[in-house]
Amino acid sequence: MSVQDSHVWVNRLSVHFGVGKGLLGGGGGVLKAVDEVSLEIPRGSFFGLVGESGSGKTTLGRAILKAAPITGGEVRYHDEDVDFDVGRMNKAELKEYRRRAQLIFQDPYAALSPRMTVRDIIAEPLEVMKLTKTREETDERVREIAAKCRLNLEHLRRFPHAFSGGQRQRISIARALVCEPKFLVADESVAALDVSIQADILNLLKSLQQDMDITFLFISHDLSVVAHICDYVAVMYLGAIVELAPSRELFAGPKHPYTKALLSAIPSLDPDDRGTAQKLEGEIPSPLNKPSGCRFHTRCPVAEARCAAEAPAWRELSPGHRVACHFAV
Amino acid sequence: MMAAPLLSVRNLTVQFKTDEGLITTVDNVSFDIAAGEVLGLVGESGSGKSVTAKALMKLNAGNTVYGPESSITLNLDDGPVDVLSLNKAKDLNVVRGGAISMIFQEPMASFAPAITIGDQMVEQLLLHSAMNKKEARELSVEMLNRVGISDAGTRIDQYAFEFSGGMRQRAMIAMALSTKPKLLIADEPTTALDVTIQAQVIDLMKDLIGEFGMAILFITHDLGVIAQTADRVAVMYLGRVMETGTVREVIRTPAHPYTQGLLNALPKLDHLDEPLTPVPGDIPSPLERPDGCVFHTRCSKFIPGTCDADRPGFARVSASHQAACVLVENAKEVAS
Repeated sequence: MSVQDSHVWVNRLSVHFGVGKGLLGGGGGVLKAVDEVSLEIPRGSFFGLVGESGSGKTTLGRAILKAAPITGGEVRYHDEDVDFDVGRMNKAELKEYRRRAQLIFQDPYAALSPRMTVRDIIAEPLEVMKLTKTREETDERVREIAAKCRLNLEHLRRFPHAFSGGQRQRISIARALVCEPKFLVADESVAALDVSIQADILNLLKSLQQDMDITFLFISHDLSVVAHICDYVAVMYLGAIVELAPSRELFAGPKHPYTKALLSAIPSLDPDDRGTAQKLEGEIPSPLNKPSGCRFHTRCPVAEARCAAEAPAWRELSPGHRVACHFAV
Repeated sequence: MMAAPLLSVRNLTVQFKTDEGLITTVDNVSFDIAAGEVLGLVGESGSGKSVTAKALMKLNAGNTVYGPESSITLNLDDGPVDVLSLNKAKDLNVVRGGAISMIFQEPMASFAPAITIGDQMVEQLLLHSAMNKKEARELSVEMLNRVGISDAGTRIDQYAFEFSGGMRQRAMIAMALSTKPKLLIADEPTTALDVTIQAQVIDLMKDLIGEFGMAILFITHDLGVIAQTADRVAVMYLGRVMETGTVREVIRTPAHPYTQGLLNALPKLDHLDEPLTPVPGDIPSPLERPDGCVFHTRCSKFIPGTCDADRPGFARVSASHQAACVLVENAKEVAS
C-alpha cells in the first residue's frame, strides 16, 4: 500500500529510551521499546494491535500520536485535507494534528477529572483548541456528541463519580470525539469494563466509526475482542511486529508460532476441552536484554539453531499477510 | 448419611455502614464446598464475590455488619468451627492462614516490598505450624521448586520487585499452599497476568489440586477460566447468587437470563459473524438496589408486576443445577 492510500503510514519507526543513566549521562543502556516497526493503517479501517504487556503496543500508539519521542523512522499522517510528517511537524501543524488525532484511555476512573461536570469535561477540548466562538455553540456541540454516545442531557450537569464504568467510558469517548477527529487511538479502552458492558462499548465504537468516518487504531491484549471488531490485526512481541494480516485471515490461519500460542492460550469455554492448548514456556524477556536473531526464539516451540543466529525477514506470504518467521509458509 | 461438607455458608448477608447509609453487598447467599472440590464464583464488579470470600476469613473492614441469620461453618477433623463467632486474633488464626489460605489478584501488592520472599514464607509457617526456622525454610524452597521457580535456593532471598508478574503469582501460590490448607481462596489469581502466563498458572493450579487435594473457591469474572478449572459454579449479581450448578450444566445450558446474557456478551473466536449482544443497561448503584429480582432492571425477559415485586427463590433445573428466576419456576409448573 502506498503512502497516499493509507491514513497512517509507519516506516521503520523506532522509539528508544535511555535508562539507568548516571548523573553525567554515562553508562546507561538503551531500551528499544519500538524497534523498526512498519505498518499502514488504511483509511476508514479498524486496525488492531495486540501483544502482551511489555510488547511496546502502547508506546507505538503514542509515538504515532507524537506523544512519545520518535527516535528513528517515519510516521506519515494523511487525510483529504492534510499530509503530515508526524516526526517533523511545525507548531501550527502539530496543533492541527492534535485535533485530527485523538486518544481514548484505558481506565475511565482515572481519565476524568472528579472536579469537573460531564459537560465541562466534554467541552474542554473545544475550549482549549478554540474551535467554537460562543458558549451556545460549545453547548450545542457537546449535546450533539453526548447524544451520539448515548448520554442523557441530564447526565451533563453531573460529576463523574455518579457514573458506572460503562457510562464513564462513554463520557471519555464523547470527549475524544467532540473535536471531530479523523483518527482515534483506543488504548485498552474496554479492558477495565465488565463483560456485559464491554460488548456495548465495542458496538458503540463500531457505529461511531461508520457514522463519523473515523480510522481506528485499537490497542488490546484481548484477542477475542480484536477478532470481533478489527479489520486488520498486527501482533507485537518485544518491540516488533511479528505478524500482520486482515483479521479474518489471521484468526483462521495464524502463521507465526507466537500468534498461534497466543490464540491457544485463551481459556476455552468448553469444560471438556481442558489442557489441550499448546503452552508457551517462560515469560517475555526484558527489552533491555533482547535475544539474538529472532526475538521470539527463547520461547518458540519450533525454534532451531538458525533462529538464534539470524533475524527473520519481514516477508509477505500472501497479499496483505506478512510475517517475521523463517519457517512460516 | 452424607458427610458434612468442608465449608457450609448459610444465609450470608453482609452490609457496610457508610455515610450514605447501610449498603448491602452480599444478600442471603448460601453454598457448600466439599473437600477437594473446586467451586467457581463468577460475577461482575460489585457482585459481592470478593466480600463473600473475605467473610470466610472475617477479613472485611470494621464497618461490616453480618446479618443475624448468617452462618459460616468450617468442618475440620476436630469438629466444626463457627467462623462468624470468632473474634480474638488468636482464634481467627485457624481461618486466616491455618485451614484457609488466600491468594490475591495483584501479587505485587500482596508481598511486603522490603522483606525477602523467603522471610515472608518462613514467617507464616512459624505462625501456623510447629516447624522451626530451618525446617520452614527448607519447605519454602521445596514449594518454590514445586511451582516451577528455577534456582529456588537463591531466589528465596530476593525481594518481590526482583520477580516478574508470573513468578510473583507462583510464589504467592507456593506460600499459600505451604501451610497445607483445607480450603484455598483464589481471588482473581490470573486476572493481572498475560494470557500465556495465565495458561501456565492455570495448569500449575490444576496439578496442585490433584497433588494436595484441597478445596478451592475460585473467584473470577472470566467464564473461560471457570470452564477450565471449576467442578461447580455459582453466578453472582448484585450480592445474590443467580444460578448454581455443575460447570457443564451452567455453561452449556444456562437457565438464568443473567447467565445467558453474560455468555452471549462474550466475544467468541469461533463465532466471529455473530454480533456482540451486550446485557442492556448499567449495573445499578449499590445504594439503589432494585426490588424483587435484583436483575429485573436489565433483564430481557422481565415480567412487570412479578419480577419487580417478588424476590424469586431457587428453582431446580436438575438435581445438580438451580436458578433463582421465576421463569424457571414457571417452566417447571407447566411441565408437571
